[in-house]
Amino acid sequence: MNISGFEYFSPRSVEEASQLLLEKGKGAFVMAGGTDLLIKIRRKLLKPAVIIGLKGIPGLDKISFNRKQGLTIGATALLSDVAHHPKILRHFPAIAYAAKSTANTQIRNMGTVAGNLCNAAPSADNAPTLLAMGAEVILAGTQGERRLPLDQFFIGPGQTAIEPGEILTAIFVPTPPPHSGVSYQWISARGKVDISAVGVGVMVTMKGKVCSSAKIALGAVAPTPMRARKAEKILSGKVLSSRMIEKAALEASREAKPISDVRASAEYRKQMVAVLTGRALSEARQRAAKG
Amino acid sequence: MKHVITLNVNGDSYRIAVDPWRTLNEVLREDLNLTGTKLGCGSGDCGACTVLVNGKAVSSCLTLAVEVDGKEIMTVEGLAPSGEELHPIQEAFIEKGAVQCGFCTPGMEMAALYLLKQNPHPTEKDIREGLSGNLCRCTGYNKIVDAIRTAAEKIQKK
Repeated sequence: MNISGFEYFSPRSVEEASQLLLEKGKGAFVMAGGTDLLIKIRRKLLKPAVIIGLKGIPGLDKISFNRKQGLTIGATALLSDVAHHPKILRHFPAIAYAAKSTANTQIRNMGTVAGNLCNAAPSADNAPTLLAMGAEVILAGTQGERRLPLDQFFIGPGQTAIEPGEILTAIFVPTPPPHSGVSYQWISARGKVDISAVGVGVMVTMKGKVCSSAKIALGAVAPTPMRARKAEKILSGKVLSSRMIEKAALEASREAKPISDVRASAEYRKQMVAVLTGRALSEARQRAAKG
Repeated sequence: MKHVITLNVNGDSYRIAVDPWRTLNEVLREDLNLTGTKLGCGSGDCGACTVLVNGKAVSSCLTLAVEVDGKEIMTVEGLAPSGEELHPIQEAFIEKGAVQCGFCTPGMEMAALYLLKQNPHPTEKDIREGLSGNLCRCTGYNKIVDAIRTAAEKIQKK
C-alpha cells in the first residue's frame, strides 16, 4: 500500500505527546481517529515522518457534563460516542445530531469531533453547531493549557490556530441559557456518505416572543466555517416571526462566500444557505419554546 | 522500527511484528491470510473492508495495525467459525439472492452484524441508514435490505 515510512508513537499522557511533538518537529503529526490523516497520506498530500497516536492516553476520551459549567468532549471521544451519549442527546441534541450526520457508521466508530475540527475542512459537520453555541477548544502544550473560542480557531482550509507542540485535548460547550434552542441543518448530494454541500448551525435565545440573541454559523460556504453576523443582528431584539426568519435567512445567504466545486455550484450553495438557515431558525425557535 | 503486537482475530491470538504504517486490512489479508475482508476504496467510503474491533464496525483500511494491539477483532471468517453451519446473516444473504459479484458481501455482512447488535428490530430506514457506509456496485441494495430484515427475524427465532 502507498502509505509508508513513518514512525509511530503512542504516548501515555498529553505532556508526553506534546513533548514528542516538539522534539520530532515539522514532520510529526498528531492522530486521533486517523480517518482524515491516513487518507491524506495515502493521497500523498502529507508525508509524515512521525505519527503520534492519542488513543492510548487514558481519560482523553471522556465526555462530561454538569449543568452549571457545561459539556466537555475529550479529544479522543468518538463521533459515535457523542452521537449516542444520553446527556448530549438530552441537553445538546444538535451536537449529537451533527456528530451523527458526520460520515458513515464505520468512520463514526473511528473518528472524533476534535479531529473533525482540527482537520479544519470548511465543510466540517461539527463546526457550525459548536460555533453557534460559543464553544471553546482547550489546547495543551508543554507551557501549559490555554482556552480559545472556536471562533478564533479556524484560519483557513486545513489551517488552525494550534501552535507547534500544542494538542487539542478537549472541546468545551457552555450550557445554553434558559429559553434557548439550537439546530443543525445540512444538505448533500447523496445522503451522508457524501460531504455536506452546506451546513448551518444556529442558536436562538428567547425572551417571550422576542429573540434576545441569535447565533448563526455556516459550513462549506467560505474558506473556514463562518458566522453570519449581519443575519444575527437582524434578529437581535426582534419578534422571531416567520417573516423575520426569512429576512435573516436571505441575509445569511448574502454573507456566504461559497465556491463552485464537484459537490455544488456557488449559486446553489447560496440558495441552500437561505433554505437551511430558515429551517434551522424555525427548529431552534421550536426547541426554545420547549426549553 | 517494527512493533510487536498481539491481534486477537476471531478467537485466535497472533503475535506479529509489523511496520507502523501497515493497516489492519493489509495485516489480515497478507500476514494472516484472512482474505475474506476486502480492500475497496482505501478511503473509508465503500465499507468493503469492514471488520469489528472490540465489537464496533470500523474500516480496516483506515486502521493502523499498531493501534489495535491487544484488541478483539472479528472478520467475516468469524461469522461461521465451524465452517459448516452458516450465520443467520449469511443464510439470509443466500436465500434472498443478496450476493451478486460478492465483493461487497463480507463488508455488508459485518455492517449488518453490527447493526443488528445495536438494533435487533430495525425498520427498513434503520437498515438503509446502518448500511449507508457500504456500497454495492452491482446496486443490489433491495435484496441486501431484504436479507438483513430476514436475518433479524432468524436471529429472533433462535
